[in-house]
Amino acid sequence: MRPISYSRADAVADAVAAVAADPTSDFLAGGTTEVDLLRQNVLLPRRLVDINDLPLAQIEDRPDGGLYIGALARMSEVAEAPSVRERFPMVAEALELGASAQLRHMASMGGNMMQRVRCGYFRDAASPCNKRDPGSGCAALDGFNRGHAVLGVGEHCIATHPSDVAVPLMALDARIHTEGPHGRRVYAIDDFFLLPGATPHLEHPLEHGELVVGIEVPGTPMARTSRYLKVRDRESYEFALASVAAAVTLHDGVIADVRLALGGVATKPWRARHAEDVLRGAPAGTGTFRRAAGAEFASARTTPLNAFKVELAQRTMVRILETLTGTGTPSGTETDAAPDTDTHTDPGREGQP
Amino acid sequence: MTTALAIGQPTDRVDGRHKVTGGAHYSGDMLPGTTAYAVLVGARAASGRITGIDTTEALQADGVLAILTHENLPKAAAQPPLIPSLAGMPAPGQTFFPFQDDVVHYAGQPVALVVADTLERAQHAGALLRIAYAETPSVTTLDQAREEAYEPEAIFGGFVPGRNTRGDIEAGLARADVRIDATYTFAANHHNPIEPSATTAAWDGDQLTLYDATQGVAATQLTVAALLGLTPSKVHVISHYVGGSFGCKAMIWAHPALAALAARHVQRPVKLALTREQMFTSVGHREEQEQRITLGADKDGRLTALRHHKLSPTSPFDDWAEPSLGVASQIYACPHYEGVYRLVRANTMTPTFMRAPGEASGMYALETAMDDLAHQLGIDPIDLRLRNYTDMDPNTGNPWSSTGLKECYRRGAERFGWHRRNPEPRSHRDGRRLLGYGMATAGYPVYGPNNPQRARARLYADGTAVVQAATPDFGTGVATVMTQVTADALGLPLDRCRFEGGDTTLPTIAAAVGSSGAGMISAAVHTAATNLRNQLVAQAIGDAQSPLHGADPATVTVRDGRMMLRDAPETGEGYAELLHRNVLPDVEATGAWSPSPESAHYGMMTFGAQFAEVAVDPDLGLARVRRMVGAFAPGRVLNAKTARSQLMGGMLWGLGQALLEANAMDPHRGRWVASSLGEYLVPVNADAPEVDIELIEVADKVVNPLGVKGVGEVGQVGAAAAIANAIHHATGRRIRKLPITIEDLL
Repeated sequence: MRPISYSRADAVADAVAAVAADPTSDFLAGGTTEVDLLRQNVLLPRRLVDINDLPLAQIEDRPDGGLYIGALARMSEVAEAPSVRERFPMVAEALELGASAQLRHMASMGGNMMQRVRCGYFRDAASPCNKRDPGSGCAALDGFNRGHAVLGVGEHCIATHPSDVAVPLMALDARIHTEGPHGRRVYAIDDFFLLPGATPHLEHPLEHGELVVGIEVPGTPMARTSRYLKVRDRESYEFALASVAAAVTLHDGVIADVRLALGGVATKPWRARHAEDVLRGAPAGTGTFRRAAGAEFASARTTPLNAFKVELAQRTMVRILETLTGTGTPSGTETDAAPDTDTHTDPGREGQP
Repeated sequence: MTTALAIGQPTDRVDGRHKVTGGAHYSGDMLPGTTAYAVLVGARAASGRITGIDTTEALQADGVLAILTHENLPKAAAQPPLIPSLAGMPAPGQTFFPFQDDVVHYAGQPVALVVADTLERAQHAGALLRIAYAETPSVTTLDQAREEAYEPEAIFGGFVPGRNTRGDIEAGLARADVRIDATYTFAANHHNPIEPSATTAAWDGDQLTLYDATQGVAATQLTVAALLGLTPSKVHVISHYVGGSFGCKAMIWAHPALAALAARHVQRPVKLALTREQMFTSVGHREEQEQRITLGADKDGRLTALRHHKLSPTSPFDDWAEPSLGVASQIYACPHYEGVYRLVRANTMTPTFMRAPGEASGMYALETAMDDLAHQLGIDPIDLRLRNYTDMDPNTGNPWSSTGLKECYRRGAERFGWHRRNPEPRSHRDGRRLLGYGMATAGYPVYGPNNPQRARARLYADGTAVVQAATPDFGTGVATVMTQVTADALGLPLDRCRFEGGDTTLPTIAAAVGSSGAGMISAAVHTAATNLRNQLVAQAIGDAQSPLHGADPATVTVRDGRMMLRDAPETGEGYAELLHRNVLPDVEATGAWSPSPESAHYGMMTFGAQFAEVAVDPDLGLARVRRMVGAFAPGRVLNAKTARSQLMGGMLWGLGQALLEANAMDPHRGRWVASSLGEYLVPVNADAPEVDIELIEVADKVVNPLGVKGVGEVGQVGAAAAIANAIHHATGRRIRKLPITIEDLL
C-alpha cells in the first residue's frame, strides 16, 4: 500500500481547507469503497482527511414533511429511521437491499453519493479506463460487460452507477448540499450526477475540496406508498442488474402522478422521465406500463452480454407499477402469471424434448 | 471389539471453541522470529516474454529486503511430475515452476517476489516495479481454440485414460427407440476457501520449517524438497489449522517453495500469503468446459447407449481435465458406452481438483439428459433411474462393495414429498411464481490411497490417550472424528482421548483428497488404537498380578478404560492400574493400513439422491431454491453432525454451481474477469434454503476397517442437476448451461 498521510478534522471548514489546499488529498468517510480502491492503486491520494468526527450525522424532519440527512449518517441509521420508513419507504428499502449489514453500518450517505463504479476495468489499475486514466480508452466496450449500463452510455464509458439509495433520491428530486472552498452550494440531484459523455472522469460538478454535507429530501406525500424493487443474481450482497424506485397516485384508475427512477442500467441514477410522461394521465394497467417502460428504453444502447437488461429492466418497471397500482395478476390466482414468457424464448436454444 | 459408543455421535468439534475464540493459529498466523513479508507480483500479460524488470524505484522503497525475479532467483533443482496427491508422492499442481526464464504462459504467473519488513511495504514496492512485456496473442477460451482440440492419452496426472469404451456405441445407438443428444456448457469455477493459501518459511541452518495451509503435509514436504533439491527429512511441514480448501490446497503450488527460497535469500523467516485476487490465478480452478451427451434408450427407458464427450482448456504444460466422465459412466447399467476427453491448450494455469472434481459437472450433464429422457418417455424420473439401476460397476463388472442407492431414492422421495409432483411442466404455481420439483442421482467414488496410511497411539499412565497421524484438519472435523474412533478402539471415554495431526514428524498420511480422508485416516487410527488396546490386554494377561492373568484375549473387553472379562465384568482392571503397577509412563503402538487386495474386485462408490424445489419468477427470470432434500449412503457415519454439515455444504455448493458460480475469461486480455468475492458470486445465507438430509448407513466390509465411504463431495454431485431439472419442471424450459442465470430464464 502506498504511504499516505492521515489526519482527522473536527470542523467542516477545517476539513475543506485541508483538502482544498492539497491537490493530492481526499476526504475519508466510511471508507467502504475508498479503502479498497486505495489498496488496488486505483485511487492515489497522498493524504487523507478523515471526516468521521464532523457533526454531520443528523436525520432531521423538515417543515414541508421532507428530511435533511447529514452526510455522515450511516446507511443503516437512515434505513432504520421511523421518518424514513413511514414517509419514504423506497429509501429505506433501497438502503436495506444494498451492500451487507456490516457495510451499511460503516458506509455514510455522503459517501454513497460519491461512490465509484464497480466496473472491473476501472477497478483494475492496469486496464485502460477513461474514467481512471482519461484518454486511455475503455476496456469494457469489448470486454466483459454483462453488468454494464444501457442508458446514458457513450463511446468513452459504459460503467453502471452502482448506488441503490441514489435511485429513490433521484425519484424524489433530492438536493445535495455541499460546502467547499467557495462556500455552500445546493445541487439538484439530477445535476449532481454527470453523464460520462467525453469526460467520464468527471462524475460530479464538484471542485476539489468541496464536501457533501447533507441530502435534502423534499416533502412528497405520494412517497408514503413508494417501493424499491431490485433484481440481481443472488438474493443479497450484490449490485442491481436492474432496479426501480417508484411512487404512484391514482385517481379513478388513471395515473395522477408518478415518480420513477432506475438503477443498475444507467451511467447515473436514472430518472425515467419518458416513462413518467407516458404514465401521467394514462389508465393504470399492464399495457400502459409496458408502453411507458418501452419509451424509457427506446434510446438504450446494448452489447451482446448486457442486452438482456433492457427487457429485464422494463419487466421490473412493469412489476413495480402493477404492485403499486394493484393491477396485473394478483398473487395467489390460478391463471398464468406470465402469458408472454414463451414469446421471449431464444429461438437459437436447443429444442426441448 | 468394544461396544461402539463414540462413533456416529453428533459430537461437537473438539477445536470449535479454539476456532471461534481466536485460539486456533493458522499458517499465516505463524510469525517466528523477525518474520519478513513476501508479496507475489503476477504477470499482466497472458502470453509473451518479459523484456525488462526495472527494480530501481522499488528497491529504494522503505523496508525492502529483496526483489526476486527470474534473473536472480535460484533455479528449481527438479520439476516433479504432476501426480494427484492421494498417491502420496510429490504433488505439484502443475509441471511448471515460475521464475525459470522470461516466458509468460498465463496472466497472474508469478514474475517477481518482493520481500520487505512489513506487508504494506512489500505491497507498495511491488506496485513500484516496472515490468515490460513483449506480448503475443493469447488463447484463454474454448471458443478461441476449439479447432485445435486434441485427444490426450490420459488426463488427471495420467490416472484417467483419455478414452473409455465398452460394447459398441454405434450399435447401441442404432438399437435405441429414443435418443437424447445435447451439449452442456459450464463456466469456470474457483474454490475460494475463506482462508487464502499461505506459507511461512523459516530456516535453521539447512533445516527448513514450513507452516503451510495444505490438505497434506507430506505433499508439501515432498514437493518442496524436490523443487529445492533437499532430502525430505530436512523439510518439516506443520499445518495445524486450515481454513477450508475444497481442492485448492490439495496440490502443491509454487508459493511454499517460493516462501522457502525467499527466506533463504533474506536469511529471515518469510510469510507469503496469497491475496484474494491471487487465489484466482495461483491455485488452479475448475476449467470451463463443454460436454456432449448422446443417450439411447428403448421405449421402456432402458439405456442402450451412452456417448459422453468433453472438451476443455488446459495449460501449456499438462494434460489436465477434471474426470467428468467417470461416475457418469458407472452409475447406470448401459451396455454400450463411449467416453472421450478432448483438450485445447490455453494460456491458463493447470486446472485442478475442485469439490466433486468431474462428478459435479459430468453428473449435471448426465442427470439433465436422464430428465429429458424421462420427460420424453413419460416415465417418472425416479422410476427411470430404477429401471437403469446397476448392482455392479458397468466398467469392470465388479459388484458394488455396498450401495444403498435404492433406499436413497425411496427415503429422499418420501422426505421431499415427490408423490405430490404433477409431471406436467408449469403445473405448480404460487401466485406469479412457477414451482418445480427436480431430482438427480448422486455418486462419488471411494478412492483408496496407494501407500500405507500410518498412525501412532499412546496411552499414558493417567489413563489418557493420544493418537497421532500427519493429516491436517482443513475444516472437515477430522480431529473430532478421529478422537471418536480412538475412544471406541481403546474403550476410553471421549474426553480422555486426543488427536494430534498436521505435522510431518508424525506418522505419514497421504493428502486427504477425493473424500478419502475419513476412510483412510480412520483406518490408520483404528488400526493403531486397536493394536495398542490388544497390546495392553496382552500385557495384563501376561501379568501375574493382574486379575486378567491367563485369560483368553478374545474374552476380554474394555469399557471406560477398564479391561474386563466380557462374561464376568467384575474381573478386570483399568489401563492406569496396569501401567502404575509396572512403572510404565506410557504404552505405545503404531498401525498401518492399506486397501485390501480384495477391494480390487469390487466397485466402490458412495451413492445418494438429490431433490430440489425451485420457484421461478418468469417475468424477472429469477430462480430461487426453496427446499433441498438429500439422502446419502456413505457407509458408516463417524459423526452425524460433521457428516451432515459436509453434505449440506456440498448441496449448497451445488446450488452455487447451478445458479451463481462463474468466472469468464476476457478473451481480448487473457485474464479472468472476476477477482473478488464481490464479483465471483457464491450463495449467501439469503440464497440458502431449508436443507434436509437423511443419512442411510450401509455396511461395507470392503472399503476400510470401519466401512467409511466419505461425505466430502457426494453432497454436491447431482445437486445442480436436481435444481436445473426443477427449473425445467417449473418453466418447461431446459437450460443446458451452468450457472443458469436471469438472462436464460427471461
